[in-house]
Amino acid sequence: MMSAAIRIKQVSKCFGSTQALDRVDLEVQQGEFFGLLGPNGAGKTTLISALAGLVRPDAGSLCVMGHDVQGDYRAARRHLGVVPQELVFDPFFTVRESLKIQSGYFGIGDNDDWIDEILENLGLTSKANANMRMLSGGMKRRVLVAQALVHRPPVIVLDEPTAGVDVELRQTLWAFIRRLNEAGHTIVLTTHYLEEAENLCTRIAMLKAGRVVALDTTANLLRRFSVHALRLRTAGAMPLELARDGAENGGWWSFPFDGFDQVEPLLARLRAAGCRIDDLEIGKPDLEEVFVRVMQGPPQGQVN
Amino acid sequence: MCHGGFSTLFYKEVLRFWKVASQTVAAPVLTALLYLLIFSHVLEGHVKVHGVIYTAFLIPGLVMMSVLQNAFANSSSSLIQSKVTGNIVFVLLPPISYLEFFLAYVLASVVRGLVVGAGVLLATFWFAPLTFAEPVWILVFALLGGAILGSLGVIAGIWADKFDQLAAFQNFLIMPLTFLSGVFYSVNSLPPFWQQVSHWNPVFYMIDGFRHGFFGVSDASPWLSLAVVGTCLALLTTFSLNLLKRGYKLRA
Repeated sequence: MMSAAIRIKQVSKCFGSTQALDRVDLEVQQGEFFGLLGPNGAGKTTLISALAGLVRPDAGSLCVMGHDVQGDYRAARRHLGVVPQELVFDPFFTVRESLKIQSGYFGIGDNDDWIDEILENLGLTSKANANMRMLSGGMKRRVLVAQALVHRPPVIVLDEPTAGVDVELRQTLWAFIRRLNEAGHTIVLTTHYLEEAENLCTRIAMLKAGRVVALDTTANLLRRFSVHALRLRTAGAMPLELARDGAENGGWWSFPFDGFDQVEPLLARLRAAGCRIDDLEIGKPDLEEVFVRVMQGPPQGQVN
Repeated sequence: MCHGGFSTLFYKEVLRFWKVASQTVAAPVLTALLYLLIFSHVLEGHVKVHGVIYTAFLIPGLVMMSVLQNAFANSSSSLIQSKVTGNIVFVLLPPISYLEFFLAYVLASVVRGLVVGAGVLLATFWFAPLTFAEPVWILVFALLGGAILGSLGVIAGIWADKFDQLAAFQNFLIMPLTFLSGVFYSVNSLPPFWQQVSHWNPVFYMIDGFRHGFFGVSDASPWLSLAVVGTCLALLTTFSLNLLKRGYKLRA
């Protein structure tokens, strides 16, 4: 039987009185492009740290490709590549030295071809012999990604890899990560850019206060939590009987609907109430809306 | 090149100090040379220790002091820098055991200590007739002393959260222990009370045993010094490994 890329069972972790993780269950299958979303402080980084062995859970177990991250840590870590959220680097070394050293830590000595390939794919070739201190923030971020890949891990975890990076790097990075995913690597991603998650991830877990509050395919989440909406701006005030059905935000009124056959009656009501429409659009469901609804929702139990 | 977690970490730690050798090697050699010039100028002709002229007596003390201080500086500063900047994760993410971690940092510290010690010896042995009566002791005490201070550096580097905490460790523990260990004088020349105090200082045995290798005479028997130094190393190793195994301040 093929083992799951990541299996997290009933993992809890407290820091002082803060419950960072609360009985988290999660399974990511091999080859998935998985998104881990949640507001700041929801426990995403703690969960990733526990997976990487940087944080020791108080209870529960975590496995990477079937290897327990505590009991069989060598195998677990060889199968995992982590891109940390903080922009860290070792100022003593060049880009290539950093990558050679990182390879050595994993017991790999003869991987110059692979290092060249990573450098090429991340647009780092011209910086290979530059000292880490001389690189811009975006370039350092690329090196962090490269360092996580030197040992060709089947499971790659990226903790907010695009926080504060420019459009060009974002596109280069995602193109490369997508290729890795197509080549069979399992990808787990945390990001604050919900559009990214919507475009890239096939399945998504949402964390809130250390608990998984939503877990489904991206398509199902969009279907379940989100609806289309008719968004419009009117010349005058919105009549009361219509205002009850919609919501106003920045001069735009939004009227949710489930099926397109509801659009015409809605417009008819507006016309009957004497509204003059200045601008009109149909809003598609997006992950941001799902996210907001899930996070605002009442505390739910573990979702499976 | 290196093909394992331990050998790579060891190589990286050596490369790290070697890349800034003017700070990590040349500067301490110069400092030791200045001590020698000043103290020998003041005391030469006035003092003889163990029948040896003062400058010759002083040189092994300065060499060993440099070995010890630089071994401590290497592991402690590397760890605190990695912790403060956050790049310690590069070492924590790979499959490196806590034993490999410890050995790599300590051995790199020993290498730094020996390199600086050799530099001090080369720069100073012109100044006085120096003998190498029992060279095995020289090597044994340099290695063990370097390893002890390297382990202390690992402990201090892991414990300290900020640079000033590390500086306190260095200024209030390492410096007094080395300066009050008989680097500059024979403890037998001290009043009885301070002689007693010195005999509780493990660094005294490192320096005394090391010096024995040069002159064949010392304040304490080199075998007693070996026993004290060996015990210290065993205790510190056990303590460091216990910290690392628990992930103290490294793995939350």
